[in-house]
Amino acid sequence: MAKHKTPLLDQLETGPWPSFVSDIKREAESRAKNERNIEYQIPQDVCEDLLGVLELSFKQGRTHWKHGGIVGVFGYGGGVIGRYCDQPEQFPGVAHFHTMRVNQPGGKFYTTKFLKDLCDLWEFRGSGITNMHGSTGDIVFLGTTTPQLEEIFYELTHNLNQDLGGSGSNLRTPSDCIGQARCEYACYDTQALCYNLTQDYQDELHRPAFPYKFKFKFDGCPNCCVASIARADMSYIGTWRDDIRIDQKAVNAYVGGELAPNAGAHSGRDWGPFDIQKEVINLCPTNCMRYEDGKLDINNRECTRCMHCINVMPRALRIGNDRGLSILVGAKAPILNGAQMSTMLVPFIKVEEPYDEIKEVIEAIWDWWMEEGKNRERLGELMKRQGLQKLLEVTGLKPDARMVQEPRANPYIFWKEEEVEGGFERDINEFRKYHQR
Amino acid sequence: MAFISSGYNPDKPMEDRITDIGPKKYDEFYPPIIAKNKGKWLYHEILEPGVLVHVSETGDEVYTVRVGGCRLMSVSHIREICEIADKHCDGHLRFTTRNNIEFMVDSKDKVAPLKEDLLSRKQPGGCYKFPVGGTGAGITNIIHTQGWIHCHTPATDASGPVKAAMDVLFEDFVNMRLPAQLRVSLACCLNMCGAVHCSDIAILGYHRKPPLLDHEYLDKMCEIPLAIAACPTAAIRPAKVDFEGTKVNSVVLKEERCMFCGNCYTMCPSMPLADDVGDGIVIMAGGKVSNRISAPKFSKVVVAFLPNDSPRWPQTTEVIKKIVEAYAKDANKYERLGEWAERIGWERFFEKCELEFTHHLIDDFRDPAYFTWRQTTQFKF
Repeated sequence: MAKHKTPLLDQLETGPWPSFVSDIKREAESRAKNERNIEYQIPQDVCEDLLGVLELSFKQGRTHWKHGGIVGVFGYGGGVIGRYCDQPEQFPGVAHFHTMRVNQPGGKFYTTKFLKDLCDLWEFRGSGITNMHGSTGDIVFLGTTTPQLEEIFYELTHNLNQDLGGSGSNLRTPSDCIGQARCEYACYDTQALCYNLTQDYQDELHRPAFPYKFKFKFDGCPNCCVASIARADMSYIGTWRDDIRIDQKAVNAYVGGELAPNAGAHSGRDWGPFDIQKEVINLCPTNCMRYEDGKLDINNRECTRCMHCINVMPRALRIGNDRGLSILVGAKAPILNGAQMSTMLVPFIKVEEPYDEIKEVIEAIWDWWMEEGKNRERLGELMKRQGLQKLLEVTGLKPDARMVQEPRANPYIFWKEEEVEGGFERDINEFRKYHQR
Repeated sequence: MAFISSGYNPDKPMEDRITDIGPKKYDEFYPPIIAKNKGKWLYHEILEPGVLVHVSETGDEVYTVRVGGCRLMSVSHIREICEIADKHCDGHLRFTTRNNIEFMVDSKDKVAPLKEDLLSRKQPGGCYKFPVGGTGAGITNIIHTQGWIHCHTPATDASGPVKAAMDVLFEDFVNMRLPAQLRVSLACCLNMCGAVHCSDIAILGYHRKPPLLDHEYLDKMCEIPLAIAACPTAAIRPAKVDFEGTKVNSVVLKEERCMFCGNCYTMCPSMPLADDVGDGIVIMAGGKVSNRISAPKFSKVVVAFLPNDSPRWPQTTEVIKKIVEAYAKDANKYERLGEWAERIGWERFFEKCELEFTHHLIDDFRDPAYFTWRQTTQFKF
């Protein structure tokens, strides 16, 4: 018998898509039965009360969670988000309901052994409810009490060799795409770079010392499956600078209809026979391709590597061999002064261990941002406030037309004195000899 | 419920303390076939909705079955995922960026039994536990934020509208009939933990009433200068306010300047915005993150407000369905929703999607607004 009636939530238990309501109810039942005789460290009916408070929100159209309190584990400033219910008498099981962020493994690959260990820990010391995964990428443990925080951290670090992720004004948990582990488009090993930088910058990740949050995301190619260009302060996007590799036989297999275009992604509708002119050549944003006499020709120097032709004919076209990544910086969501995409800063950099060249760029940016950034100012906002020129100055990078869409349309250049012959010191009397008042 | 210690000694927190070890290393978790073929993949193919094969230059093949998941997930559900992975995949699995789960097997004959097993598992109300799909030119899982289940600033729920929307869009999760992939995302307020601002269709929670002012507590709970500095439109100023006969330090609000962003509430809990009538959903459309063909784009606001008609948000799902159907009918092959809207023109977009264009949709927020107005005589009747 359920503790709280949930007539509104119950309506989300039908339809084809998995129901989170049924799932929470399942956990509530499992805890009530407790077949494994677990000595639950937080209220056994936590899931019942979670459903109860959610039902109240569905009824009233408002949340019942308060601002986070200052809770955490000793020596860290991030990784735990305090959360308290504003109706604790009615729902004592979720009165204290803190979140812990657990740094996910690269590519989100798991063994069942590790997942089951996490489940055992979280069932014992928490609500048993998770997010797989949070928006930034962490495994999110949703709901525990203050006394359990250190215990969970101790068990994670001692028994599972696993650390927390970031929250607050620090380096947020970096995340990556599947990369070379299972994708032929990956131009560098996203997981290796993500892991290396995560380990190198553990201090920045756990101890908030930044003006605001800072995100790293690693996309193996310009398809951008982890959306780095839209949401990372530093987006690392794989690319190449030589020629797309062409298998002419496979090109003609696409043309002849033996291979399905776009890896079979359009099989749900009859789009008619594949037309290479219409579907590839004419859609190329730079018009750098020709298909004549059964031969595909790409003018690679004009190619901007948008991935369309490769996506359409993955068996015929492959990324180049001289690979690296582009670093773009400054993306953020709209709050406050509007959304920003990342801006091109380093068009091409090789990805080679120990990644010193990449780290030089990172650290120069951090030095500037930590010095000049206002409280809660993202890197992209500082860039807007002080200008892209300033970013080039602090990183020591040379201006490059690849960094802009177009040159400025106004001549309001902030010339520096040292750039102008003779400097700014002039004599008004000398001037007046030739120009009357 | 007796307290059981992990071994942690609160009197000596630094004793045996382990910190700064980071995540587990990715390659501990690779299935053997992935470890063996990393960096050697030649090509992939979507064999049917939800089923992919990747072929390596070594000749190896890995078959992936992708299933949708609620990102809100119980340990009982995760254990069931593990049971499936133990049975079919030698104890390995992965999650995608969009909260799908991928089961990988190393030969084709293992696919059908895996798929059959996945689809046979249902929840008590008949929902699939593991719907197979989410590939190619269709709609994959909706990424989303916490909503009413755990967040303090939401203007709508997250898991609820997502469940409602995915039920309505389910046919396109298990099919690949669209001109290109279509990504739907939800953020329950404009903080956008979910970064939905570059999605083909974004569901965004938004407030429409200025913050309440809890004068009795405001100065005690908040740093007033921080609350003032948090306001992007300078709508908040400090003031001595009469509270039950005494003057208290607090703030006053220029309501006509408020854009309902909620940033003040983030800094000051005594300024709550939440309201059952004021809060609801904004629908945005036409964004993307891929660099394919055209540059990444922001989503544009196409419906200014829809109410929180819980538990199934029928007005929201109806609008989304209309946009999807208009796009499916009219766009060219490979054309993303935003590319289609730009090609036909936004005036046509509203016509074809049967959406009303209201003054709310004209940008009036600072400089970028001007660049969204039309400075040409080219338009369509």
